[in-house]
Amino acid sequence: MAEEAPVLEMRKISKVFPGVKALSGVDFRLFRGEVHAVMGQNGAGKSTLVKVLTGVHAQDAGEILLEGKPIRPDSPFAAQKLGISTVYQEVNLCPNLSVAENMFIGRQPMRFGSIRWKELNRRAEEALKRLNVAVDVTLPLSSYSIAIQQMVAIARVLDVSSKILILDEPTSSLDEAEVERLFGLIRTLRQQGLAILFITHFLDQTYRISDRITVLKDGLFGGEYKTAQLPKLELIAKMLGKELSEFSGAAEGAAQKQKKGEATPVRAEKPVLRIRQLGLRGSIAPFDLDLSEGEVLGLAGLLGSGRTEMAKLIFGIDSPNQGEVQVKGKKTNINSPHAAMMAGMGYCSEDRKNEGVLGELTVRENIILALQARNGVFKHIPYKKQLEIADRLIESLRIKTPSAENAALQLSGGNLQKMMLARWLATDPAVLILDEPTRGIDVGAKVEIMELILNLSRQGRGVIFISSEFEEVVRCSDRVAVLRDHVKVGELAGPEVDEPNIMRTIAEGR
Amino acid sequence: MPSASSLSRNKLVWPLAALACLLIFNFFFTPHFFHIEVKEGHLYGNLIDIIKNAGPIMLLAIGLTLVIATKGIDISVGSVVAISAGVVAIMLGGDLGGVPRHPLSVALVTAVLAATAAGAWNGILVSRIGLQPIIATLILFVAGRGIAMVLTNAMVIWLYVKPFAIFGQGYLFGLPFSIYMVVGLLLVTWLLTRRTAIGMFIESVGINPTAARFSGINAKNILLGVYVFSGFCAGLSGLVVCSTVMSADGNNAGNLYELDAILAVVLGGTSLNGGKFYLLGSMVGALIIQTLTTTIYAFNVAPEISQVVKAFVVYGVSLLQSERFRRRIAGVFVKRGAVA
Repeated sequence: MAEEAPVLEMRKISKVFPGVKALSGVDFRLFRGEVHAVMGQNGAGKSTLVKVLTGVHAQDAGEILLEGKPIRPDSPFAAQKLGISTVYQEVNLCPNLSVAENMFIGRQPMRFGSIRWKELNRRAEEALKRLNVAVDVTLPLSSYSIAIQQMVAIARVLDVSSKILILDEPTSSLDEAEVERLFGLIRTLRQQGLAILFITHFLDQTYRISDRITVLKDGLFGGEYKTAQLPKLELIAKMLGKELSEFSGAAEGAAQKQKKGEATPVRAEKPVLRIRQLGLRGSIAPFDLDLSEGEVLGLAGLLGSGRTEMAKLIFGIDSPNQGEVQVKGKKTNINSPHAAMMAGMGYCSEDRKNEGVLGELTVRENIILALQARNGVFKHIPYKKQLEIADRLIESLRIKTPSAENAALQLSGGNLQKMMLARWLATDPAVLILDEPTRGIDVGAKVEIMELILNLSRQGRGVIFISSEFEEVVRCSDRVAVLRDHVKVGELAGPEVDEPNIMRTIAEGR
Repeated sequence: MPSASSLSRNKLVWPLAALACLLIFNFFFTPHFFHIEVKEGHLYGNLIDIIKNAGPIMLLAIGLTLVIATKGIDISVGSVVAISAGVVAIMLGGDLGGVPRHPLSVALVTAVLAATAAGAWNGILVSRIGLQPIIATLILFVAGRGIAMVLTNAMVIWLYVKPFAIFGQGYLFGLPFSIYMVVGLLLVTWLLTRRTAIGMFIESVGINPTAARFSGINAKNILLGVYVFSGFCAGLSGLVVCSTVMSADGNNAGNLYELDAILAVVLGGTSLNGGKFYLLGSMVGALIIQTLTTTIYAFNVAPEISQVVKAFVVYGVSLLQSERFRRRIAGVFVKRGAVA
């Protein structure tokens, strides 16, 4: 069967933002009656692609063909008129208006200058019935679940006669039953011949609903595949920009190591952190986690898989709605970073600039801050003692600064990272959580940071190490917890810890 | 190598230079400006008047410095001055013979406590409810005057309790009493912020509340604390204001003081963006404002343009604070020099 012509074709699309090449030479095709998923890690260019298509951004190069004719929408409204409709992650309707009003807002059926309510409600009901959604259209939108609101949003844009429906992360705030309901609707629409562009970071959902997948990696086109012909593992490799064949040899070796690993008994160690069923709805599914003295536990997963959410929950930045945490054998109620610190934890954020460094304070003040916060306001550390602590850490971590009294903002990225480490080392923590400590720093500093991590564990501290570079995770960690779609899907220990195993765990769970 | 102390000295340079310019101008153009004489054992003169009249604003500016350092603002202080004045007035009573209704000490403490409670209200709105500071304090900015009016029954209460006059009119060792209040509060605040960790925590919260919280600082309590303290300062200021005129007027006591106090803090080098704060700078800022006012009076500038003159001087001093502006000016001169 010859392939029919695509409804939409985007050719060699490029888009440059100051300092970033968001898209370069990306191709994308969309056919009638199919669901096409665009996959990629955070920052791969998914949103930019949609924004070019919907007229939010104009492409710098390349062309868009709709039913064979070149188009260049200059606003979302223009795109809508061409038949390109978008439903965003956050429902942007009016919750206090009725379902019917929401569907026809701005184009209500009128007679003699007043709205024909009966006609309005009847048409809304019909439109929803076509999508197998039975609701009372006269009730306010807010009385229905987010899933229904999503469907109303879809019904609204479809009623404006669409050729293409773009769903941008529609499932991120839905629970499982709601997702299934939405998928039912998507399948109906697909049968009716609509072309659907589906964006999600949930791998499972992609495989459940999509017919075709386009992969983006750092703004580059990573290929277009039939979903049925692209194994999950291969998709993950492509999202990471790696060749699967690179791993196949190593994978066999790892499998052998794994067998050997099963034979060696696990050492009984002193636990410093014991987490049971800690979770927060909408952030991360309940998980168990153990950490022993002198152990480095890696958290691995794709960007947006919930690693940072997990770290923030453990450190009390977000408040969990279930679960239990024990630090050094003591049950602790951790509901704020202050409480986590008092319990003996430290946390270096992945976002050094906005969540860590206080640029206008001096290096000394930055280093002393957490220790002083632990001591409390009135147990002031004398200046001489502060300087002593700062100088000792500057020397032992080899932080390059002219003196402890220089403003922190004069330091380079790698040195700022070490300064953040110094802040927590000053408090002598039992557990240290490092979120992407090697991001955005030069290669030499990366190696130094990783050596530091190993040193910390040798001092008997438990370290939780988060990195997007699986290679780094493998090199540093004794054990690795693997995350996917905001769920902890598995754990690798000892000889099992290698890159192919991490990828396989992401793909298959355990 | 710039050390922290020399940096703060640098920050003081520009406000001091502005103050010096104003004084030098007066030295040449205002007769008897620097004349100080001793009358009845007190010092009299323009300079003494400036310090005395700047007292209420200086007291407010000390509290506001800390609020502004957290990237907050407290526009209710003028109204809280009126509350404090109102409370002390009804506690003392308008008895013509000067017999206080309640003991003076009780009246003073109650007034300052009332003002501190007002500050706590602001602090709770900002730190616990999460309102934006300007909105949170706008409530008392408006309602505070209403409260003061209710307290005084919408009338001006005149006071005849002699000992109370010391706060606004009294002298100690030849100098106005209010100066000692300012110096005392300044000293206590300096010790509290610089000899404990409070100062660093306040600056951390002002620079980046998220980073401060992630470092284990209880940012909410710091925020609450600075607004409570600002209320306390406004309470003291209210005593001085009330004592100066020996009356409480809910409508006019402390009217627009919040603006002068905020201006004093900003002139003193503390940025409205929060972060590093300079208590001494704020004091110099208050003196600049008061000197300016006195100068304008001394020159008999017509009242309708006196505000404009004030505005231009303030504008100039603010520009002087901007490093970018200074560099640009310096650049112009360097270029001229090169051409010549």
